[in-house]
Amino acid sequence: MADTRPTASIEAVESGLAAQGYIASRQIATAVYLSQQIEKPILVEGPAGVGKTELAKAIAAWRGMKMIRLQCYEGLDEAKALYEWKYAKQLLYTQILKDKLGEVLGGAQTLAAALDQLHTFGDVFFSKEFVEPRPLLQALEQPAGCVLLIDEIDKSDAEFESLLLEILSDFQVTIPELGTVSAVAPPTVILTSNSERDLGDALKRRCLHLHIGFPEQKLEERIVESRVPGISQNLRKQMVGFIHEIRSLDLKKLPSVSEAIDWARVLVLLQANELDHEIVKDTLNVLLKYEADIEAATPQISSFIAKASRQGVFS
Amino acid sequence: MRENLHRFFRAARGAGVRVSPAESIDAMRAVAQVGFADRDVLRDTFLLTLAKTQDEKRALGECFDLFFSQPEPQQESAEQNKSDDDSESGANPSADEHGDTAGGAANENIGPLGQMLLSQDRSAISTAIANASGAASLPDIRYFTQRGIFQTRILDAMGIQRLRDDIDEQTTRNPALAERLQEALNGLRGTVRDAVSQALLLYGREEAENLRNEILRNAPLARIEPRQVEQMRALIRQIARRLRERYSKPRKRQRRGHLDVRRTLRRNAAWGGVPFLTAWKRKHRDRPKIVALCDVSGSVARVSDFFLLLIHSLHEVVDDVRSFAFSGHLIEVSDILESNSPEEAMKEIMSKVGFGSSDYGNSFADFEDNWMSAITPQTTVIVLGDARSNNLDPRADILRRIGERSKRLVWLNPEGRMVWGFGDSEMPRYATFCTVVRQCATAQQLERAVSDIVATYQ
Repeated sequence: MADTRPTASIEAVESGLAAQGYIASRQIATAVYLSQQIEKPILVEGPAGVGKTELAKAIAAWRGMKMIRLQCYEGLDEAKALYEWKYAKQLLYTQILKDKLGEVLGGAQTLAAALDQLHTFGDVFFSKEFVEPRPLLQALEQPAGCVLLIDEIDKSDAEFESLLLEILSDFQVTIPELGTVSAVAPPTVILTSNSERDLGDALKRRCLHLHIGFPEQKLEERIVESRVPGISQNLRKQMVGFIHEIRSLDLKKLPSVSEAIDWARVLVLLQANELDHEIVKDTLNVLLKYEADIEAATPQISSFIAKASRQGVFS
Repeated sequence: MRENLHRFFRAARGAGVRVSPAESIDAMRAVAQVGFADRDVLRDTFLLTLAKTQDEKRALGECFDLFFSQPEPQQESAEQNKSDDDSESGANPSADEHGDTAGGAANENIGPLGQMLLSQDRSAISTAIANASGAASLPDIRYFTQRGIFQTRILDAMGIQRLRDDIDEQTTRNPALAERLQEALNGLRGTVRDAVSQALLLYGREEAENLRNEILRNAPLARIEPRQVEQMRALIRQIARRLRERYSKPRKRQRRGHLDVRRTLRRNAAWGGVPFLTAWKRKHRDRPKIVALCDVSGSVARVSDFFLLLIHSLHEVVDDVRSFAFSGHLIEVSDILESNSPEEAMKEIMSKVGFGSSDYGNSFADFEDNWMSAITPQTTVIVLGDARSNNLDPRADILRRIGERSKRLVWLNPEGRMVWGFGDSEMPRYATFCTVVRQCATAQQLERAVSDIVATYQ
């Protein structure tokens, strides 16, 4: 077995994603690689704002495929996720075709004969034309394959999970009137979850489970570098160090990568050269989203800045 | 290598990671893709395919490190095994080789195990131990009491009998050699003991933990020893987590398939009654509303800790919980429980009202005066206490009014039914006004009781 090949391909995934501005850790790259090789969906869990949704976008951009997104919410059902009969269209057609129907069926003497005649037309009103494909069905119908992002699956009901099982394991759905629709090309499926509730075992079993946590300092610096190129190396080190200090506090919502990127942008806009107490205090609301958190962090600002700068000196 | 993978899956199950056959197939397919060359990639692969929560990932990571830190059976294990078997029956080239390399001449009549020990061939010894462990089905080890028997089995499989004979024989002929053998044997015993301990750690952890939890769940809360309190807390937290997982699912659910004719007609009046827009029936459910009254007086002090812990977890499961604590008088503790960690909250509550002598009548009166309006026809009221009112007026009339106002009134009593009504217990008098009265002395009963209460709202 060519043992060096997979490792090389994992690196290829890493660099491919990096070209789209997504700096992936080796774990993420391994997951993406494996999901392609053994055709399994990836279930991504982790705190908000660590780039779960971005991962799907990056994969789609890297492989030049369309991305279809299904945002989950409470009460989402198959009519909105899978397919729906165009009920109004069906009704409209029957109204318009009323006369035509009368003409066609006019020859029939009895009701039974009319019914027989009607049967010969087949399921006119339950054909493909009247199906409104929703994201899941759309994803299966893409000829070139696609990236299907099922976002925040934990927000949907437990019943909806069961609906997904057929798609996730066999890449097909069954529509009672039409039969089973199989994927033209198996889509790459990414599910994301914020762990608001625990997902069912059946769903988890069908997926590779990837947990994205807060990145390590080095990785986060690279992420900020790729997203906010204008920031100086010194400031980048300081701000990432500072954010890592903040994450050690017991806060309601810890700042995640997206906040770090926002903050980096803000600092560049304000033309800061390095962190000081004043500028951190003024922009802390970019990082922290709760008044209580800001209050808890404010007294620590100076010591955190000092610590973050010290790290810069030694590394 | 497939054999090793299977052993690893078993070890993973032992570490508390649920590995289903389907998942192990996935893992195998994935491993076939990435190969064994890079240990980090292999580790990531297992974490991706087998572990499905963060706890499981941590456990599996530890298990992986532990599993692959033990001496791997080498490639030549098969041949080694064969040669061991051969040499059992008599002289054998490879055994001779070992003897030669050891430099100990005139060892012809020493058994293969002795040869191996004398040659101090570490890899051969560890291979032999691994093979013998396989023969003794070491991965079946479950409890620490089985350590001895597995050690004996492994040593037997390695041919310790022959070694003992050798030692006896050499004691007269060559005392120095016998001494060396004896020392080597002691060393071997130590190594095997370590191997068995490690296997116990790998494969037996789950069983041991299950057994301990099972005992704890059925132990009376009042008689928990101090050293078990921490474990008990962990167990209650586990129970709370399970409750949360089971009941925190979204409650709003649309019942599809039933046309709401009235609403459909009304909505489509503009089209002359042609039903373009449909309206479906919905099922409404009560939102759980719970009012918990918890006795924290001296008589139930040992149990109230766990009661409060459970109420704390109720606050996480159900949105609308108001909790009260009382001994001599009653205060509301919802805010304390909601804004603090369980330990801090309990300390604060205990310092405010805890450890007094209980006065149910007075406490109920406090409740009626200040918070009676909290009870609506959708509310479940839970009273946690032993109903020992120190012969003061029980004020059962207030409890009656509480019962009438609420949907359900549940009384959980840590004492056994036998003693209800004896001494200053007012339980029989209170019981007439309660919808449900339950004894609630062990963690298991506590879990069932709370589970029932939450389930009525599903």
